[in-house]
Amino acid sequence: MESRNMDAKIASRTKAIVGQLKPLEGPLLPILHGIQDEFGYVPKAALPVIAEGLNLSRAEVHGVVSFYHDYRETPAGRHVIKLCRAEACQSMGGDELAERLLWLLGLDWHETSANGSVTIEPVYCLGLCACAPAAMVDGDVVGRLDEDAVKALAKAVMA
Amino acid sequence: MSVKIYIPGDSGAVAVGADRLALRMAETIKARDLDAVVIRNGSRGMYWLEPMVEIETSQGRVAYGPVKPSDLNSLLDAGLLEGGDHPLCLGATENIPYLKRQTRLTFARCGITDPLSLEDYRANGGLVGLTNAVVLAPEAIVAQVTESGLRGRGGAGFPTGIKWKTVLEAQGPQKYIICNADEGDSGTFADRMIMEGDPFVLIEGMIIAGIATGATKGYVYLRSEYPHAIRVMNRAVEILRQAGVLGISVLGSSHAFDMEIRVGAGAYVCGEETALLESLEGRRGVVRAKPPLPAHKGFLARPTVVNNVISLASVPIIMDKGAAYYRDFGMGRSRGTIPIQIAGNVKHGGLFEAAFGMTLGELVDDIAGGTASGRPVKAVQVGGPLGAYFPRALFDTPFDYEAFAGKDGLIGHAGIVVFDDSADMLKQARFAFEFCAIESCGKCTPCRIGSTRGVEVVDSIRAGIETESQINLMTDLCNTMKFGSLCALGGFTPYPVMSALTHFPEDFRPAPKMTGPMSQAAE
Repeated sequence: MESRNMDAKIASRTKAIVGQLKPLEGPLLPILHGIQDEFGYVPKAALPVIAEGLNLSRAEVHGVVSFYHDYRETPAGRHVIKLCRAEACQSMGGDELAERLLWLLGLDWHETSANGSVTIEPVYCLGLCACAPAAMVDGDVVGRLDEDAVKALAKAVMA
Repeated sequence: MSVKIYIPGDSGAVAVGADRLALRMAETIKARDLDAVVIRNGSRGMYWLEPMVEIETSQGRVAYGPVKPSDLNSLLDAGLLEGGDHPLCLGATENIPYLKRQTRLTFARCGITDPLSLEDYRANGGLVGLTNAVVLAPEAIVAQVTESGLRGRGGAGFPTGIKWKTVLEAQGPQKYIICNADEGDSGTFADRMIMEGDPFVLIEGMIIAGIATGATKGYVYLRSEYPHAIRVMNRAVEILRQAGVLGISVLGSSHAFDMEIRVGAGAYVCGEETALLESLEGRRGVVRAKPPLPAHKGFLARPTVVNNVISLASVPIIMDKGAAYYRDFGMGRSRGTIPIQIAGNVKHGGLFEAAFGMTLGELVDDIAGGTASGRPVKAVQVGGPLGAYFPRALFDTPFDYEAFAGKDGLIGHAGIVVFDDSADMLKQARFAFEFCAIESCGKCTPCRIGSTRGVEVVDSIRAGIETESQINLMTDLCNTMKFGSLCALGGFTPYPVMSALTHFPEDFRPAPKMTGPMSQAAE
């Protein structure tokens, strides 16, 4: 019953978002962003509603959701760390820092901690290459990461 | 008259504490009852000095940096508001050697103005190019851009004027200008800096492109990894719409142009123009085969200009100062200036806009000041994750599209990433394949399967399994990817891989392990 109520709620919110953004040229990505902003992920229950609203098959919508790295199928942790793994950050010891952070959090890439406090994701460039290594923590950018900063970061997100 | 204090709102500066500093500055001004205002400008692009504070004095701007919140009291005690002396004082901003050596055309205003002040924009030469363009025939604008020699700054280097001419001559009920702001290459941040530091110049360039080609609608496809740029661009569009620069009558003329900011969803391949179009239309970012060219059948199968941020942002200065002025900078067929992004393991990382033609060595040793770690430079990757790794032996290569191609490299989006001698080039080659595997759109076999196979082959080399035959296999694989892939992702991944093998062969042939009969004999 609970989940059916939840699905109905998702469907009705999705319908409103689809209705609002449908007039755009190429509305699917804006709609998916809208849904992820609303729920924190793209719930399965939203897909048939989008498909119907845009006259697409459910498979087509699923194909788009699964293609892009940004869309989540489940909610993220309360904190989200995106750590840059690209070349500029690598050249400044980013790989070692990444290993260290994963070890401190007890997580692997894309994982969320069991208590739901933090999700860690790789990102390939935040455009902060001149102040590498860099990360984005809950949408805020952090540059010139070092061992101490990583330790403080792990402590802060696990609290 | 309040004293103006500039503290960048650029995300590179924010990443190293500019927001906290600006907040503390505002509190301190209030507590000390000072007549001063804090303005959040863009970055001047000297990231090792960020957060860099500038004070407007009667003698011009004076810079201080890098400034921590704990430095504020001592700075104010030393007469910060009058440009007073202090250990953090860098003197007149314009005289800082890194800035003084540049030729700033595209980035002329970046770091100087308040990015969202239209008044500031106009006062610093903004909208002159557009004002000139609105009274010209489309053909005349296209001719100017063609004569300027401007080539696409996104990497491919295709002449911008020719692309525009194709769209101008194409027939369609609606034409589009699409700005590719999916700057996903590691080591590049020029697009981000312009969008955050001088968003109006990009929009001005898009409107000019619209008038030149008959397009009345524009989109900026902006990557989701740049939330700050998204906010600034959205706000900039609103401001220009309210001011009548965007809308049904551009600057009161008979031209209409309006635009939207669209946010990507974390797929690197969407920086490829046809994948970008698919994504904008609401599909998986899968590459399209060409022809048809986007200029003929682009967004929604209509004639479309797809240009990079820097290409478009360079157009207003051309329409302002004329084609000849722009063309007179540069060398060979690489005309004008190029915003070089110096990053990675360097002392002085940042944006350096200069005429084409400086050598890689000058940029790395002289401008960037060598490595941040103080160790010798081993390799420099130019042009992003699909660019070649250059050794010191190639440091005499001038920054020029043809010169780099001649050395089996590419300028790409003009990012250079420096590595010191601790870099393991086999690992970098593996990363290139791995990155391609993660980001491949999957449409063509060489890219989709070749990249994964590449990782396996590199792992075999690492494990010392039949090293020579695996290296031959890797070379063969790179050839297949280079000539068989549909787009640059699969087609250019061989550049980092093969350059690593060619210039650093020792990293691919690990010293033999002391096992087996030899090690027993040694015991």
